[in-house]
Amino acid sequence: MKKLLIKNGRVIDPANNLDETLDILVEKGKIVVLNKNLNSDGAKIIDAREKIVTPGLIDMHVHLREPGREDEETIESGCKAAAMGGFTSIACMPNTSPVNDNSAVTEMIIEKAKEANLVNVYPVAAITKGLQGKELTEMAELIDSGAAAFTDDGKCVQNSEVMRRALEYSKIFDVSLISHAECSELSQKGHINEGYYSTILGLKGIPSAAEEVSIARDIILAELTNTRVHFTHVSTEGSLRMIKEAKERGLKITCDVTPHHLVLTDEALLEYDTNFKVNPPLRGETDVNALHKGLSEGVIDAIVSDHAPHAVHEKDVEFALAAFGIIGLETTLPLMLTKIVGEGILKLPELIKKLTIAPAKILNTNKGNLSVGNNADVTIFNTKTKVRVDSNKFLSKSRNTPFNGWELNGVIDYLIVGGKMIVEDEKLVNRA
Amino acid sequence: MVFKKKDLLGIRDLENEEIQYILELGESFREVSARYIKKVPTLRGKTVVNLFIEPSTRTRTSFELAAKRLSADVVNISAKNSSLVKGESLKDTAKTIDALGADAVIMRHPSAGATYFFAKNIKASVINAGDGAHEHPTQALLDLYTIKEKFGRIDGLHVGIVGDVTHSRVARSNILALTKMGAKVTLVAPPTLIPVKIEAMGVEVTYNLDEIIGEFDVVYVLRIQLERQTESLFPSIREYANLYGLNLDRLKKAKKDVLIMHPGPINRGIEISSEVADIPQAVITEQVRNGVAIRMAVLYVLLGGAEVEKVANQKR
Repeated sequence: MKKLLIKNGRVIDPANNLDETLDILVEKGKIVVLNKNLNSDGAKIIDAREKIVTPGLIDMHVHLREPGREDEETIESGCKAAAMGGFTSIACMPNTSPVNDNSAVTEMIIEKAKEANLVNVYPVAAITKGLQGKELTEMAELIDSGAAAFTDDGKCVQNSEVMRRALEYSKIFDVSLISHAECSELSQKGHINEGYYSTILGLKGIPSAAEEVSIARDIILAELTNTRVHFTHVSTEGSLRMIKEAKERGLKITCDVTPHHLVLTDEALLEYDTNFKVNPPLRGETDVNALHKGLSEGVIDAIVSDHAPHAVHEKDVEFALAAFGIIGLETTLPLMLTKIVGEGILKLPELIKKLTIAPAKILNTNKGNLSVGNNADVTIFNTKTKVRVDSNKFLSKSRNTPFNGWELNGVIDYLIVGGKMIVEDEKLVNRA
Repeated sequence: MVFKKKDLLGIRDLENEEIQYILELGESFREVSARYIKKVPTLRGKTVVNLFIEPSTRTRTSFELAAKRLSADVVNISAKNSSLVKGESLKDTAKTIDALGADAVIMRHPSAGATYFFAKNIKASVINAGDGAHEHPTQALLDLYTIKEKFGRIDGLHVGIVGDVTHSRVARSNILALTKMGAKVTLVAPPTLIPVKIEAMGVEVTYNLDEIIGEFDVVYVLRIQLERQTESLFPSIREYANLYGLNLDRLKKAKKDVLIMHPGPINRGIEISSEVADIPQAVITEQVRNGVAIRMAVLYVLLGGAEVEKVANQKR
C-alpha cells in the first residue's frame, strides 16, 4: 500500500483537541505522524489546501436493507453512498429480513461489507428476537460476531420489564442499548406530528408524548439498572429537557439527532408530500429550536442520518399508506455544514465532534480520531463549493429525499479508509 | 370571473371571491332543477367519473345528478367494482382513468390527502368528495348556500359545530368556509373529539352545549360514529346523547329562529332527536336539495372553460 501525505489541510480532530493547519503521513494503512511541513519520498501527495481534514466521519444510524430488500439498498450500494457522503464508518440497523437477531446475519453483513471493501460497517443487532419485544437475543454471541450495539429500532421495546432486563444483561458487555423511543399505544396509526398541521390536514397525529413517555421510562430504567442508554433521533423539546436533566445527574445517557429534524418542520407536510413522512415525525418550530439549543449546549452528542431507503412504489402512494423514512447518507454533511454551521448554531469543530469521536465512543470503537498509530480513516472536504442536490446522482439505490434541488455547501474531495483511497477528486475510486 | 384552478381539493385552496362566485352560480343552477325538464346542454360531450373508494349514497347521487343535469356522461366506479380490490395502486388507477379520457373525476377516498395525490397523477379535473378527515369542500359550499338562503348573509353569524370534529372532514371544510365568509365559529364537543390546536383555525372551543346554545344562529350537528366509543373517546352513546345530543329540551335554550343543520346521514336519538330532526328549522333535506345545484356550479366552473364566462354574464 502506497504512502499518503495529506498536505496543508485544516486538520480538525476533536478527540485530540486539534484544529490547525497540518500535514498527515499515512503509511501501511496507519497514521504515522501529524506535523507541519512534512515530506516523504515516494508518497502520494494529497493537496488539502483550503480543505478540511477530519477523522473519518461516522454515521451510527443507517438502514442498509440487506438482507431482504436489496431492491432498495444493498450493503455495497449503502457503502458507496456513505463514502460519497464522507462517512468512513456506518452502523446498520437490525430491521432487515430476516432480522439481525442472530450471529449468522451479523456475520453475513460483515462478510458482505468486506467484499464491498469501501467503508467500515458496524452491525447493530436486535435487542429482542425478531424485534418482537419479548425474548432477548444472544448478546454475547452477537458481540462475538461483531455486533457493535443493540436496538429494536423502528420498533421500541414496549414491555418495560423486557427493557429493564435487556439493560441489566447488557452490563456484562458495557455495550450501548439504542432506544428508538416510541410508546406505540400513543403513536398508533399516526402519520405526522400531532399539532396544527395534523389538524388541518386531517391526518392522525403522533404526539410528542409518544416519544417522551418512552424517554422518561428508559431514563428511569437506566438509573435503576445503572446502564448506558443511547436515545436515537430525538425530536422534541420535552425529550431534550429530560435527557439534559438525566445527564446533569450523572446518568449514562447519550442521544443523537437527524438533519431532517434539525432543518424541517411539520409545515412541510402541507401538500401531503410523502418524502417528508418520517418517524419520529417532523415537529414544530419550538421543538426545532430546542434541538438547535441542545446541539449548541452539548446535550445532543451525535448526528445521524437515519438513512432509510424505500422503493418508489412505497412512497408514491396515498399518504397514509406511504412508508416512513428518507435517505440521508449523501446529504447529511452538506446539510449540517450549510444549515447548522452556516447558521452559527455549531462551530465546525463541534459539528465534527458529533460526527466522529462522539459516535465512536457510543459504539465502543477506537475510530473517530486521528491518533498516531490508528487506522487511517480520513475525510477531506471543502465547505465552500455550492452544490445543488440531485437525487438522480446519488449512489444509494433509493431516491426518497426531501432535499432534492436544495443548494448546499460542502463536497467530499477525498475519503481514506484504512489508508486506502475510496474517494478521490470528488469521485468514487474505480477499483475494478 | 374566470376560474383558473384545475381541481377543487379543499376550501383552503379557494379565494373568497371564488366561493362567492360558486354560490352565485348555484343560485342559477337551482332554477334548472326546478324545471319540468331538469337539463341543460352545458357539459355535453364531457365525461365525468364518479370514483368512490369509500361508500356514499347521497354525495355520489348528488354529483351524478348534477353532472347529468349538465348533460355530461357519467361513469360510476366504486371500490367494490374497481381494480383497486385487485391491488392496483391509486397511481395506476389515475393513469388508467386519464387514458380513458375523463374530463373530471369526483373522488371520495378514506385517506386524507388522497385527492391531492390523485390530482397530481391525472390531467382531468379532480373534485374532492371527501378525503379521510381532511376536507369535503362541496358539502361546505352547499352549507354556506343554505345558510345564506335563510339569513341573507353569512358575515356576522355565529355558527356552533357540535360533535366529532376530530374525525370530520365536513367540520374542517365548514370551519374554513365559514371563517372565510366572516362567520364566528364555535366548536362544541368533548375534548377527546376536538383536534389539537384547532383554535389556530380561528374558532373557539367549548365543552358545554347548554351554556352556549343560546348564542348560536346556526347549530351544525355532526354525525357521531358509533365505533368511537370503543376507542375510549367517550364512555357511552347514552352519555354522549345526554351531554351533546340536540333534543327539544335543549332547543328551548336556543334562539327562536336558530337554523339546524346536519350533513347526514343522521343517527336519530343520538346526536339529534327525532323530534328536532323533523321541525321546520331543521333544513337537513334542503341541504341535500341545494347540494345538486352547488355541485352543478362546481362542475361548471371546472369544466366549462371559456364558455363559463359567457354563460355567467348572460345570467347576470
